[in-house]
Amino acid sequence: MLASAALIFGLVMVLLVLAFRRRKGPGDEPQQVRIWIIGLGLVFPMSVLAALLVYGLAIGERLLPREGDDVARVGAEGRRWVWTFSYEDAPGRTTQDILHIPAGRPVDVAITTADVIHSFWVPRLAGKLDAIPGRVNTLRIEADAPGTYAGVSAEFSGAGYDRFTFSVTAHDAAGWDAFLKGDTE
Amino acid sequence: MNALERHRKLTAIWASEPGWRGWFSTVNHTDLGRMFLVTAFFFFIIGGLLAMLIRAQLATPQSAFAGPEIYNQIFTMHGTIMMFLFAIPTFEGLAIYLLPKLLGTRDLAFPRLTAYGFWCYVFGGTMLLVAMVLGIAPDGGWFMYPPLSGPLYSPGINTDFWLIGITFVEISAIAAAVEITVSILKYRAPGMSLDKMPIFAWYALITALMILTGFPPLILGSILLEVERAFGLPFFQAELGGDSLLWQHLFWLFGHPEVYIIFLPAAGVISTVLPVMCRTTLLGYGWIVAAAVSLAFLSFGLWVHHMFTTGIPHMGLAFFSAASTLVAVPTGVQIFAWIGTIWKGRPELRLPMLHILGFFATFVIGGLTGVMVAVVPFDWQAHDTAFITAHLHYVLFGGFVFPIFAGVYYWLPHFTGRRRFFHLGELAFALVFIGFHVTFLAMHWVGLLGQRRRIPTYAPEDGWTAINLISSVGSFVLAIGIGMILIDVILHALTAARGRRNPWRAGTLEWAMITPPPAYNLASLPHVTSREPLTQEPDLAVRLARGEGYLATPRHGWRETLTVDVASGRPDMHVLYPTNTLLPIIMSAVTGVFFLSLLLKFYWTVPLAVAGVAYLAWRWVWVLGRKEDLDALPMGHGITLLNAAMTDHSPGWWGTVFLLTANATFFGSLLFGFAFLWTVAPGWPPPAWFVASPVELGFGILGAALGCFAIGHAIVVNRRNGSPLPGLVLTLAGALAVAVACAAMMARTPSPEAHAYGATLFVLGSYGLFHAVLGALMASFLIARVLQGFTSPMRRAEFTIVGLWVGYLSVVGTLVLLAGHLPGLAS
Repeated sequence: MLASAALIFGLVMVLLVLAFRRRKGPGDEPQQVRIWIIGLGLVFPMSVLAALLVYGLAIGERLLPREGDDVARVGAEGRRWVWTFSYEDAPGRTTQDILHIPAGRPVDVAITTADVIHSFWVPRLAGKLDAIPGRVNTLRIEADAPGTYAGVSAEFSGAGYDRFTFSVTAHDAAGWDAFLKGDTE
Repeated sequence: MNALERHRKLTAIWASEPGWRGWFSTVNHTDLGRMFLVTAFFFFIIGGLLAMLIRAQLATPQSAFAGPEIYNQIFTMHGTIMMFLFAIPTFEGLAIYLLPKLLGTRDLAFPRLTAYGFWCYVFGGTMLLVAMVLGIAPDGGWFMYPPLSGPLYSPGINTDFWLIGITFVEISAIAAAVEITVSILKYRAPGMSLDKMPIFAWYALITALMILTGFPPLILGSILLEVERAFGLPFFQAELGGDSLLWQHLFWLFGHPEVYIIFLPAAGVISTVLPVMCRTTLLGYGWIVAAAVSLAFLSFGLWVHHMFTTGIPHMGLAFFSAASTLVAVPTGVQIFAWIGTIWKGRPELRLPMLHILGFFATFVIGGLTGVMVAVVPFDWQAHDTAFITAHLHYVLFGGFVFPIFAGVYYWLPHFTGRRRFFHLGELAFALVFIGFHVTFLAMHWVGLLGQRRRIPTYAPEDGWTAINLISSVGSFVLAIGIGMILIDVILHALTAARGRRNPWRAGTLEWAMITPPPAYNLASLPHVTSREPLTQEPDLAVRLARGEGYLATPRHGWRETLTVDVASGRPDMHVLYPTNTLLPIIMSAVTGVFFLSLLLKFYWTVPLAVAGVAYLAWRWVWVLGRKEDLDALPMGHGITLLNAAMTDHSPGWWGTVFLLTANATFFGSLLFGFAFLWTVAPGWPPPAWFVASPVELGFGILGAALGCFAIGHAIVVNRRNGSPLPGLVLTLAGALAVAVACAAMMARTPSPEAHAYGATLFVLGSYGLFHAVLGALMASFLIARVLQGFTSPMRRAEFTIVGLWVGYLSVVGTLVLLAGHLPGLAS
């Protein structure tokens, strides 16, 4: 995307520079309209955009939560300025500001809020999704390998906004079982 | 009469009052346009200083420069000032100053409204500045999302300053938009058909129509949020049947068109200035107009792209993603038409042209990053990071500030009548251009590294320190550049030598006058036969000054002009303008008392202020008009025209049509909000439904029908030389019946504080009641006018205006009552 954007930008700049070097543009006025407005103004962006749109939607569809056997489900509730996480596989168990997930398995995070709008964002695992009062939004995340991933709330929420961060700990299968049994903190 | 005598006579008629009083009583568009621009640039400086504070804060990690409470106020005010107090008023100021000159007439359609809008802007903006000085400025972000901005999480007065101050300023935007629309459609030189209009007028027309349909959702949202904060009616609280997403919809229904409301006037400046800089004509005039119109339409279909991360279903996102990318097409048409224009002509690298090239480089990047964030998965990552901040600054600075600087330097000789002497502008441009790109390229980068927007500080281990420092250094270079532009302009205005007329050899009519422009613009009005009258007749200015055009002879001390048929530009009415008056500033001060009373919760002064505004509005219209008919008057060149007061579709009628367009958008947004809450919000159904009453409903609808029929009857009878009084009295009765029905509905609404259902019904009822009382006032006004002899079968313009309002009342009154009663009757 960056490369094609750079290419288009380069094209516009080259056309601008050439405008100052040339004596006279090509052809008469109707022909200029055909070149500049219909060709470069209409046909060119439409084809680029159509391709981009299809590409974006295809990726978006792939990122959507799908039903599956091995999906783990967790809950995330934002509150100024702490996240509380709950686990379907360990009812009653909650953690604060650290979300535990199994690595290598898709995880659905049910996101909501107890006060104002927040946004759940773990950049390396998925895009962001808002926590809206009175609603539950579900985000599909997946960590390929065990480890710790940094997360932030990405919707302005007042004076403690900059410190409103959390982390995600992805466990291997054994570690996840241990966590669910309550062995890890 | 020679040119000098004519100049003296016209100046005596059109000039504002001498001394300090003239500043407050002027209704002249040249004065007010200048005042608008100077005030807008004053706010630009304030907003820029706030930006410097932001960059100072972010230059180093863990900065102790400002705490989060202050920092939140700073960035909220930076966004608010730049959007509402700089960008929009700059457009208004430029359009107010230029349009009558470009269109070859003497003033805008409603001179007193221009002044009223200006003073509302000044007073509303001052309220926000005072809040800032006192350290109680809004701090919830310029988008003011509830519940963060709601009564629970922002209990202080900060948010109220925003909601009330901005609504006050919006009055000026709506006033200017009505004014600009009617002026462009009706107030043109004879012969100037729509296809001969200067391209800037097309852009201004489209922008004004967008303001009329884009701002009402925001005004509605602000009113609802303020009512929630002040009186506890829960529109945005999920647990009481409200929905915070309703605010986001209303806000972005305004907020996205707003981007194009800002860009289109700038595009108009480019389309005007660029061909002159290239010694040619604009390539593809018709295509550009079509592109601007489609941009306007598309921009209303994009608002959801600001909400990609709110959990809207993916197919919905797909639609808005498609619309968002599609908007790049008309933008592309304009960009390439401009580049084609440069190829067509012989470009000269003069100062306005430099800024236009700055526009190209910056805006194209902004557009390309815009296409990136229109791709949904990319936006899920980039949303609310510094990448977006950088993107929007590329769009707004590139798409507005550079073109406006080009325009400022282009029209500076027109504003002042002087020639540039100190060539500080070229160096300033280089600093602005370099400083801007350093600042915001760095910001793209740090955003992709994950730095969120609106954080007051960050840690050294985040690894953003060097980039932020580079960005901050760039921003100070940018600020120095803008400071130099300012000094350049001030030096120019104070010291430069007199310049010659039309220094750029442009073809449009604003250069067909002496500069600085005289109060009356044109000593006589030209007959326009081409898009560039000055290119066609280089001596046009002299000939107009000699009185060879229309309305060349001043008479009776009148400020006169003529209007034309919308499409063909054929002259159709003679217009007499009101003269200098303090009424606008007084009325906006009383309007200010109304808003201030709400802000400070001095509720006992609210009804006083409302009565005051009503009284002044009554006077406003009362002082116009005459007690005897005017004959058709000669306009010159053998044309005679009837005065506008003796027509059915007077300028006031046209203004009413467009004001009602804005009003209908407001009402439509309210109905949308009602339906949205009903169907989408969590927390429904409400604990209790409104108990429908066929009697109240029937009474109200009968009243609405009676009012509508009676005013129509009065219009017809008056024209046939009969007495309109019976019809008017019945109109009054009809309006009062609607008022009673709406008031009854409000009184019986189940506790508005307990659930959004009752709250929304209450607001719907108040909307109906307000319009019913307004209709009753107008009917009474007309009765008084008839009794005092201000109307006749000929002098009939006021009837059709009241007819429009009463007709509108009938429709909205019926809809309001149906919205309240019908669900109960149906179940």
